[in-house]
Amino acid sequence: MFGAGGGTSSYEETRAADLIVLWGSNAREAHPIFFHHVLKAVNRGAKLIVVDPRRTPSAQWADLWLGLDVGTDIPLASAVAREIIEAGLTDEEFIARATSGFEAFRESVQPWTLDEAERVTGVPAGAIRELAHAYGEAANAQLCWTLGITEHHNAVDNVFALIDLALLTGKVGKWGCGLQPLRGQNNVQGGGDMGAIPNRLPGFQEILDDAVRAKFDAAWGSTVPPTHGLHLSGMFEAMEHGDLRAVYVVGENPAQGEADQTRAERLLTGLDHLVVQDIFLTRTAQLADVVLPAAATLGEAEGTVTSSERRVQRVRKAYDAPGEARDDIEIVYALARRLGHDLGSPRAEDVWNEVRSLSPMHAGMSYARLEELGGIQWPCWDENDPGALFLHGRLWDEVVADRAPFQVVEHDPPVDLLDDAFPLRLTTGRRLESYNTGVQSGGYSSPLHRGGADILLAPEDGARYGVADGARVRIVSRRGSVETSARYDPTLRAGLAFMNLHFPDEVATNVLTIDATDPKSGTAEFKATAIRLEPVA
Amino acid sequence: MPDLKLLDAEPTEAEREAIDAVVGAEPAGSDRVVRSRPRRHLLLPALRAAQRRVGWVTAGALGYASRRLEIPPADAYGVATFYALISLEERPAEVLHVCTDLSCALKGAVVPEGAVPSPCLGLCELAPASLRTIAGERPREIQIPEERLPVHGDKLLRRIATGEPYGELRALARARELGPEAVIAAVKASPLLGRGGAAFPTGLKWEAVARQPVKPHFLVCNADESEPGTFKDRVIMEQDPFALVEAMAIAMFATGCEKGYVYIRAEYPLAQRRVQDAIDAVGIDVELRIGAGAYVCGEETALFQSIEGHRGEPRNKPPFPVEAGLFGKPTVVNNVETLVNIPHILLGEDGRDTRLFCVSGDVARPGLYELELGTPLSQLLDTAGAEPAKAVLLGGAAGSFLRPDQLDLELSFEAARAAGVTLGSGVVIVFGEDADLVSAVLRIAAFFREESCGQCVPCRVGTVRQEEALHRLASGAANGDERAVLADLTQVMRDASICGLGQTAANAVASAIENLGVLA
Amino acid sequence: MRITIDGVTTEVDGGTILDAARQMGIDTPTLCYGDTLTPVNACRVCVVELEGARTLVPACSRRVEDGMVVHTDSERVRTSRRMVLELLGSSVDLSTAPDALAYVDRYGAEPARLGTPPAPAPRIDNDLYVRDYSKCILCYKCVEACGVDHQNTFAIAVAGRGFDARISTELDVALPDSACVYCGNCVAVCPTGALMGKTEFDLREAGNWREEEQAQVDTVCPYCGVGCTLTLHVQDDAIVKVTSPDDHDVTRGNLCIKGRFGYRYAQNR
Repeated sequence: MFGAGGGTSSYEETRAADLIVLWGSNAREAHPIFFHHVLKAVNRGAKLIVVDPRRTPSAQWADLWLGLDVGTDIPLASAVAREIIEAGLTDEEFIARATSGFEAFRESVQPWTLDEAERVTGVPAGAIRELAHAYGEAANAQLCWTLGITEHHNAVDNVFALIDLALLTGKVGKWGCGLQPLRGQNNVQGGGDMGAIPNRLPGFQEILDDAVRAKFDAAWGSTVPPTHGLHLSGMFEAMEHGDLRAVYVVGENPAQGEADQTRAERLLTGLDHLVVQDIFLTRTAQLADVVLPAAATLGEAEGTVTSSERRVQRVRKAYDAPGEARDDIEIVYALARRLGHDLGSPRAEDVWNEVRSLSPMHAGMSYARLEELGGIQWPCWDENDPGALFLHGRLWDEVVADRAPFQVVEHDPPVDLLDDAFPLRLTTGRRLESYNTGVQSGGYSSPLHRGGADILLAPEDGARYGVADGARVRIVSRRGSVETSARYDPTLRAGLAFMNLHFPDEVATNVLTIDATDPKSGTAEFKATAIRLEPVA
Repeated sequence: MPDLKLLDAEPTEAEREAIDAVVGAEPAGSDRVVRSRPRRHLLLPALRAAQRRVGWVTAGALGYASRRLEIPPADAYGVATFYALISLEERPAEVLHVCTDLSCALKGAVVPEGAVPSPCLGLCELAPASLRTIAGERPREIQIPEERLPVHGDKLLRRIATGEPYGELRALARARELGPEAVIAAVKASPLLGRGGAAFPTGLKWEAVARQPVKPHFLVCNADESEPGTFKDRVIMEQDPFALVEAMAIAMFATGCEKGYVYIRAEYPLAQRRVQDAIDAVGIDVELRIGAGAYVCGEETALFQSIEGHRGEPRNKPPFPVEAGLFGKPTVVNNVETLVNIPHILLGEDGRDTRLFCVSGDVARPGLYELELGTPLSQLLDTAGAEPAKAVLLGGAAGSFLRPDQLDLELSFEAARAAGVTLGSGVVIVFGEDADLVSAVLRIAAFFREESCGQCVPCRVGTVRQEEALHRLASGAANGDERAVLADLTQVMRDASICGLGQTAANAVASAIENLGVLA
Repeated sequence: MRITIDGVTTEVDGGTILDAARQMGIDTPTLCYGDTLTPVNACRVCVVELEGARTLVPACSRRVEDGMVVHTDSERVRTSRRMVLELLGSSVDLSTAPDALAYVDRYGAEPARLGTPPAPAPRIDNDLYVRDYSKCILCYKCVEACGVDHQNTFAIAVAGRGFDARISTELDVALPDSACVYCGNCVAVCPTGALMGKTEFDLREAGNWREEEQAQVDTVCPYCGVGCTLTLHVQDDAIVKVTSPDDHDVTRGNLCIKGRFGYRYAQNR
């Protein structure tokens, strides 16, 4: 956000908030311990508002739940913005001093009256108004989102629409107010921190910046190419076009995790060379030419990860990895040696110290300090810096040099349109006890795993399409079909169905999903698939 | 509202109707917007309504009440199982509860086949007594016997004794003339001490609440009269309910209470009706709440818990109710007898400081007696026509046994304290020459074991171990250590229990052993 | 504020008598108290004598007031503590409750004179944790952890009354039919082993639970991005239990099902 990619605030501020908005986030199940912080606030009397097509467990905790149509977040946010402006709830001083582009933004949301938003989103105007007023009036508000916002073909625009709300009301850059994209994987934030994104080097340093590259070139004794790399979805496109012929996959299972799975598997199979480094022989690894057995992060590896609140924390080894499995760093360093390059000591702390020497925002985070403080939130510029509870405090300086721009965004409905042949909207999400493609969470048994591969249907839809509660059903999308059991879920409204991605060996949900991807983030529209149901005799 | 996982059981139409009558019909749902509206405080009324409709609380009713009030089912189950009169097991629509407590035992109480034994039903002067509960479309509770005895007194009981009809709300009008501060000053200037047992000056309590800046303030009338042998509050509520309701109106006016509650035990159906009628007639914002069979809910903080929809587990004090009481707000808690003194104070027509005594057991004229404080107990016993007594239990199950040579005790707070006894709730149970004191002691021990809420270790386990040791002594199976065990239990219950129930659970037992030599 | 404990006067900034006693190095026994939980002061093993108070008061929840004079080791205090431990020991199997057993020794409690605890009665209705209420002292910690203090799932509550009070799901249904989400935050706070991870339970049954040999290694949960610290309890190069430190800001000792029980994937060798 405005530069470095990370949530602007801390869990501590969430606990102290007056208002928490979860938008496209089912933290109760997907981020259970973050939700503990939400509940501390709720039990203290804070208001919780949840925006989600499903009445999720998180939504059930809410004072107010808004069940919008899938993919109508921008109309909803625009109407909230318009109402905040109309009701005089903007922070005019902040807008004038710290932002740019307000007039154009105001123009852009003008068409989104409460009634018009109700027509497009399905959410009653009164509830939209209530959200606008609650957000506009709260002293300390946290606006949090997850994949409900980002797994869309216009993910980045969705995020912009939410950031605009914070800019309108001055709810960013000060203690108590923040924007929090909750991270789905234990180190997805750390991956970004370390430059595992197409356009940045470690510490979110711009790869096109000559001075930055010069620093890395000098340290690494090689030349960093002055170009942006590819997103995952961009890689698949490049495979499709034959531009990408060899792939090295570390700790991912794209054969089952990508939207439009049939296509993903075909492209991976068609590569000249596929290397997979993983702790399991995943579906992807089964397609590989070379499999490098890796040590598990849990219990077998040393290093650091970065959490959703930008906190860098130590990962520690408890025992040796089994058999020939080796630590990820060790494998990469050995590979480099085979390729004629000595990367130095593969000790995790040495690697980390190299990060600190090249990434200014991590400079103050010695292992000793990470131990002592139980993790440090970036940026941490030197060894006296306690780290940052929140970001963008500079927006409250008297003179703001680099103003935060309002972003004008347009509503763009889901790509996979509903029609008579595909009348139901299928959305996807995570379950409490499971995780991603189930590679890890499939390893233990629990009563919560029961019925995990089912499709959840509104009882009305079950009746309408002749699918009984518990019956087998074939689910057909424009890309493929799968068969599973149906279960009625009264928290779903008619027209909306739900599946997860955790049990791909039982039901390959991603055979159905569409790989319409956001050009900026590279994320596919997992949240909006058009389907029909066919009863199975 | 929590993300509930509900029971897989539906209510019947009848149960749904009964619960809806308490919590309101289910609003037409939206599949787009839901606003949370938890109303936990309606849980006990909802469960009671379901039970009165079908005789017991089914899984369907429990689940439906949980869902409508947004209470986790396990939590609702914990509340339901706390109360002796809520049944989670199927039983007939009609149940006879037969009192087997002290006074009724003296009068030869017998539990017929199919009936349920009950702790004191508060009909001690009419012993032996019972309560018939009838569930169905026209649910009702019938106290047996239904007759009422004359009362003896000429201040608090004057209207009841003379049959004089209730007049206007003269004291309330007077209070309004005086204004809140002057009312509190008048109560402070009176000698009125709380009649609930703690004998705290009422005026100071009112003043403390009136001064609290936190709003709202609540008034709670504790009418959960459950001390074995006690029936005074019942008599007042049945026969002079306006005295109570007028006093509540004055208390609310003086202390700035927005709302009042009167919590009447479930075993008092007539009192409930009469008080509700009086509330409606006077037109004040007082809500009637009905208990469900739990002695401990007479403890003020347990009573708050019960109104709020929790298990009736006493809270630790401090904080005291004047600061953080019902719903965590400043709360005046007064019992019925305390409150009915208030109109007399404001009208200033009779300055005598009187107390009510509940006389039962082996006496010719059991009933309610109003005496000026300081009257000797022996005089009361004469008036009531007591048989020559082997012992008198003063103050109830939490009180003490007196020997025949101790009956000239003056009935006043000071004299009682000096004698190391308590007037408690004004209980006087006379045990005649033929009375079985060992059974009485065992009944008292059983009472505390049954009524312990179970929250703190000293009371939860101590009341069980106390009863066991007494049974060993009574059955001749003693191992020689019982006296030491009982002494240790007395000390730990008195010293380390959370509330007055545990703290007094060994009182009567210890006095029987030490003072009467029973089981010694 | 000034408080005098056992004859020594000290300055404290609020807090409870227990906090003040700890600050002065006085070891006060506690069972139902937990650093991350709201005190319920139910066990009464921490009672102390407060001058001017009619009864003993619970150190864990009584707030310090200026000028308090407290005795933590008077005869009265020792008697009540000893009796609380005798009452518990006579009604509960304390064999896997190390703290309680140590207090029994310390106060010379003789539970046997009051009664004999029930035989073990483990209830195994899932693969993750085991409940044995013959070991339950009704400290309420699990209810608090499952309830408002942490998890807010409310799968269990205290049901019944008096000696019949017990921890229960709604209608005593088995855990898989209850609202339980297997976070194990109840297991983490249980002071008596009435709640126990299935791995620990099985190892104990096999006579192979060797706590003194176990290493504890802190790392970060490998699942979602919240960043929960996991303490891995390792025996024979295998994870046998997962906890989280009470003083970790992110978790306050709590985890979800994946963090606490989802480690097996890294054990399949």
